[in-house]
Amino acid sequence: MTLDFKPLQQELAGVGYIAGDSLAMALCLMVGLKRPLLIEGEAGVGKTEVAKAMAAVLKTHLIRLQCYEGLDANATLYEWNYQRQLLAIRAHERDQLSADAIERQVFSEPYLLRRPLLESISQETSPVLLIDEIDRADEEFEAFLLEILSDFQVTIPELGTIRARSIPHVILTSNGTRALSDALRRRCLYSYVDFPDETKELTILRVRLPGVDERLAGQIVRFVQLLRREHLEKKPGIAETIDWATALIGLDIRALDADPRAVQASLLCLLKTEADLKSVPAEVSARLIGKVA
Amino acid sequence: MSGTTSITGKTPVSRVRGFLAHLRLNGFTVGPAEAEAAVSLIAAIDPPDAVATRLGLKTMLTGERGQWERFDELFAAYWFGRGVKKASMVTAGGGERESGRPPIWERVLPRAERAEAMRVIEPDEAGDGADMPEAPTPVVASRREALMRADLGRLSRAEDIVEAERIAERLARALRYRLSRRRLPAHAGDVVDLRRTLRRNLSRGGEPVELLRKKRPERPVNLVLLLDVSGSMRLYSGYLVSFVRGLLGCWLDADAFAFHTRLIHLTDVLREGDRRRAMDRLSLMVEGFGGGTQIATALKTFNDRYARKVLNSRSVVIIMSDGYDTDPSEMIAAELRRLKGRARRLIWLNPLLGWRDYAPVARAMAAAMPFIDCFAAAHSLASLAALEREFAGI
Repeated sequence: MTLDFKPLQQELAGVGYIAGDSLAMALCLMVGLKRPLLIEGEAGVGKTEVAKAMAAVLKTHLIRLQCYEGLDANATLYEWNYQRQLLAIRAHERDQLSADAIERQVFSEPYLLRRPLLESISQETSPVLLIDEIDRADEEFEAFLLEILSDFQVTIPELGTIRARSIPHVILTSNGTRALSDALRRRCLYSYVDFPDETKELTILRVRLPGVDERLAGQIVRFVQLLRREHLEKKPGIAETIDWATALIGLDIRALDADPRAVQASLLCLLKTEADLKSVPAEVSARLIGKVA
Repeated sequence: MSGTTSITGKTPVSRVRGFLAHLRLNGFTVGPAEAEAAVSLIAAIDPPDAVATRLGLKTMLTGERGQWERFDELFAAYWFGRGVKKASMVTAGGGERESGRPPIWERVLPRAERAEAMRVIEPDEAGDGADMPEAPTPVVASRREALMRADLGRLSRAEDIVEAERIAERLARALRYRLSRRRLPAHAGDVVDLRRTLRRNLSRGGEPVELLRKKRPERPVNLVLLLDVSGSMRLYSGYLVSFVRGLLGCWLDADAFAFHTRLIHLTDVLREGDRRRAMDRLSLMVEGFGGGTQIATALKTFNDRYARKVLNSRSVVIIMSDGYDTDPSEMIAAELRRLKGRARRLIWLNPLLGWRDYAPVARAMAAAMPFIDCFAAAHSLASLAALEREFAGI
């Protein structure tokens, strides 16, 4: 095993994802060591995007499991297709089959609904499994996940144990709404993604919006960077920057200082709560524009 | 493996083990499994590269944001002797002592010096030194008056500090006992509920056939302590740490943080059973950063990162600081407003308040005043005892 994150970083850039050194190293280790990677960071720094980009780089597909409160093992592993089973039993009523035979038939592979976790371990080639916002799920689910992530096998009482054909590349993301257990943290590699600095954000903007005017892009990025230093409830992420840039291009604004009123109106792309919008009145945005122009 | 030898000059395995011990000392949970993984990781980085090694180990050994942010500093300190005091700049030796502590730390803070950190230093300004306080507080325990009246900043002998901690612990227990004074109806209460018993037995002509009981509900206050350990508080931080430790010791639902220019989570360190070990670890954590006080920045970190987890509607936040802040005063007002939004009570203990003619004119202090429910002195144990009344009102 040799580790060099530079090639991976370039490949990621090739599919439109600009990863910092530490994140590239973390992804490189995730693939190399076959261990799950836990990514934390503010909303909108591109945690979910990483998984998509990795799937593109590894030329495999992405299986996504969105966590929410009350998510349980059944919804993530497998369920029996109840309607289809009923239908099959009805259809076979006339065939005079024995109860055992019917049971064997309706509890077989075709009647199994594979949910993301089972799906991800039954692939021929390792997929990227994205477990999004793990902090929203309950602690019980976390413990269950831990078991799956260490064994990579699932036992279905009616079918027996299903072993993984390939070990998926697991990426977990968390927004830190709840403290995750130490066990899960120890099992995973860890990376913290911060808001990008000016150079990196400019690169991202250029990659995502190839047609953007160079001067405008610079102004946009500097403006957003300054805006993040203001006291906001919810700081704008990269997605918001891109949205705003798209909006400005759509409004045919060439430079931020050319039309401050339109800029002020379009700030709702960046500021997503009422308090934040109020805390950046025209004077503040004029001051920020003055700094970046 | 041969590649890594060139970086360290000693057998890499023991150096890596030393590094892990260094991390463990700083609150990381790393075990033998991590050590093995770290060694094979370093071996895999070919050609050897300090940056890749740092990033790789960072990914592997950290598990949360605080660790992630501190890792670079710790890495540089151990492998390059950077970011620590001059004494450690001499050639870094390999291996570890039987104590499990890498020698680098022994050199940074020799035992004598750590003792020094706990000892009290005379105040810098001559005026302050001459104007020693007279405690404007009620007398609580008369037998210990001499010790309690003495400005705790002046306690220097070890046994005095131990005694101070003992009293602080006693006070903390007393505070906790006072937490809920009202009694609520309970099936197996310790006291007969006279009013309800009479009412219930009216139908039997007032003969108390059936006794109803009541008891004190267990509703512990959630305590959050924020302790200023900056230079200007040095005089008092020794015994305030003891006070914080005393509170944590008998409070299950309590969290402690220290701050100077940044915020450090202390709870785990102070819960350490052995007093001296706890103090050693604490001074290690607090030492070596120095500089001014940034109360508002520390509060912001607290609000951003911890408040959601540690505060609830029964939280009492105690800030122990002299209010000398280098951040803008609007910022501290804004942060305190946020803090106040989550916590029930905000208590500010200011050691300077015990000094004659002190008025909270420091800008930060003045800005903070509107948000404080109780502004009390904390220059002596007697003043801490006065807190009891404040807590009883919750």
